[in-house]
Amino acid sequence: MKVSLFIPCLTEHFFPSSGISMVKIFRHLGIDAEYIEDQTCCGQPAFNSGYRHEAVPLAEKFIRLFREKEYIIAPSGSCVSFVKNNYKELNISDELKPALKNISDRIFEFTEFLVDVMKIENLGGEFNHTVTYHDSCHLLRELNIHDQPRKLIRAIKNINFIEMNSADTCCGFGGTFSYKFENVSVAMTEQKCKNIEASGAEYCVGADSSCLMNIEGFLRKHKMNAKTIHIADLLAESLKL
Amino acid sequence: MKSPAPSKTKKLIKEALGNGALRSAVFKATESSALSRQKIIDQIPYWEDLRDKAHLIKKDVIENLSKYLTQFERNCELNGIAVHWASDSAEAQKIILDIAKQNNVTKVVKSKSLTTEEIHLNDFLKANDIESLETDLGEYIVQLNDQIPSHLIIPAMHLSRKDIGELFAKKLGVEYTEDPAQLLLTARKILREKFLAAEMGITGVNFAFAANGSFCVVENEANAHNTLSLPPIHIAVMGLEKIIPDVSMLPYFLKLLPANATGQKSSTYVNFIGGPTGSAYGEGPEQIHIILLDNGRTKILKDPVLRESLYCIRCGACLNACPVYQQIGGHAYGWVYMGPIGSVLIPQFLGEKEGRLSPFLSSLCGACTTVCPTKINLPHHLLTLRSRIVDSGNSKFIERNAIKIWSKLGSNAKVYRLMSRIASFFQSKLFFNSPLRVPGYNKERQFPLIHSEGFRARFLKMNGDKKNG
Repeated sequence: MKVSLFIPCLTEHFFPSSGISMVKIFRHLGIDAEYIEDQTCCGQPAFNSGYRHEAVPLAEKFIRLFREKEYIIAPSGSCVSFVKNNYKELNISDELKPALKNISDRIFEFTEFLVDVMKIENLGGEFNHTVTYHDSCHLLRELNIHDQPRKLIRAIKNINFIEMNSADTCCGFGGTFSYKFENVSVAMTEQKCKNIEASGAEYCVGADSSCLMNIEGFLRKHKMNAKTIHIADLLAESLKL
Repeated sequence: MKSPAPSKTKKLIKEALGNGALRSAVFKATESSALSRQKIIDQIPYWEDLRDKAHLIKKDVIENLSKYLTQFERNCELNGIAVHWASDSAEAQKIILDIAKQNNVTKVVKSKSLTTEEIHLNDFLKANDIESLETDLGEYIVQLNDQIPSHLIIPAMHLSRKDIGELFAKKLGVEYTEDPAQLLLTARKILREKFLAAEMGITGVNFAFAANGSFCVVENEANAHNTLSLPPIHIAVMGLEKIIPDVSMLPYFLKLLPANATGQKSSTYVNFIGGPTGSAYGEGPEQIHIILLDNGRTKILKDPVLRESLYCIRCGACLNACPVYQQIGGHAYGWVYMGPIGSVLIPQFLGEKEGRLSPFLSSLCGACTTVCPTKINLPHHLLTLRSRIVDSGNSKFIERNAIKIWSKLGSNAKVYRLMSRIASFFQSKLFFNSPLRVPGYNKERQFPLIHSEGFRARFLKMNGDKKNG
């Protein structure tokens, strides 16, 4: 089996380890992971900020690169959901429209791919810490991914998994919202971090780099104890990959 | 606060976030409302079917609005209800004033109605020497406090018991108390007198039935019942979209509305208005008037996608579910409709210039749409409106150009990679390898480090190692 990696901007620049962890896990499972070097941004920031025309060349580039791929896998629910659900809102060239259907059917978020496609819930790792899980909004509400990451976490040996209060409430990031309305965004992030701390977890696990970047940024700035960890990093670490 | 100010939302947000008492009141109230809603829904196994049904009914209504309204008008007239069409606030105000003047009305009681808030009726009547008193307890409190409601269902959500106690002591001259039962008794005593003295009662409309020309008002305090039955004249102000084909469809909404609005299985009172005294249904006041208010609705109707925002039944569940609303409350949105549905309605009602910030006041988390009883795709509409605002030239110059440049760079992988190397270089040379300072983002949040070796480089290295090894 061969998968094609879709590495979002934040993973490429800020959290490359999560992408690498994902590759290590695929190798561990005997899955061949290829990386298309010419990929860039999927266009979500432009689209979500209201710049649909500007998102078009990025979407067209993405479609051209990934149109023939059997499985497209990303360590980010938000970017997957954008490609899957919102590319159809864009005025892309007719020639690429048929390929869009193929891409929508074949693009998966990492945990969704492991659990729903590969039918793998237990990777066999071990992790001796207390963790909680933050539901990223687009992952949860646009891709309906709720149980998949939890199954993977719970299956890890010696892990102490605790649900925090309001795990499914937005962390306040929201892309450009985080700077357009910085004070509201921060107030939401503070609430999320309080809930993480109150859960007693050492790690807040997530499956979307943007939320983790936002939460981690607040935790560090305010010298709180909990840390964030991407689920791919958690799984790779539990397997000592 | 009384005039629309969505363009001043940033200032209003700052005020709200600086008000600890308000934030704690709103946070607690929205959380408990959301919890009691969930408790009721857990007892309704066919909840999702109700939502689907309500969506379809509203879809049919909105797609065929003129047919249903014409039918409603004809049937109202047969029932002796006078129908008035108002294209905007000014027309609606004039119709009400004319009726008041013809009947020498000086005292009006009102029950909670967002549609009348939309046309600033209280201020207008006051300016014309007509006393207009809100009789819903929450509305009475905000009117006393010279404010407008901060929530679609719970008008005084932003105030604590202490705030209300102080307000009553100051404005009504009663002894200070925080006891809700005592406060309620004080209001009740005053309102009783007002109901009996009023010459006209004004209400909104929750659902109107095209097939038989009647309508209903849903409530919990019986104040609407008194408003529409005690005074000799009843005026109901109704947004055009409040029509449904016939009363047989009401039960779906009578399940959805109270569960979503107040976490109740059913509302305490549903008042049906079928005609004035002497008509076929003949139990009402001497005169019943209904004002069909457009005020921008037919403009929304023209848009095949955004017209879905007219499916709203004003239950307020999207406010309680919204993490943005939970932090800032309703007044910060700057208009009578707030929260996610407010952010969708504001640019459509008030224009893309005045409403240029509203659709951006959302993290697009989508919690709103999962609770919406008529399944309005609120995040989708927020996105659509964002693009309309950008296309109409109401976005910032710097942002517009930054995104254009980003789009160009991202279209070319080589340039894109070069840019990330430059950013990483800046980080190492100018910031000595500490995280970049990003104005507007990192006052309270540390920005992450750009890795000099990104995923691509690491992957290629890893693959090289694999191949060589």
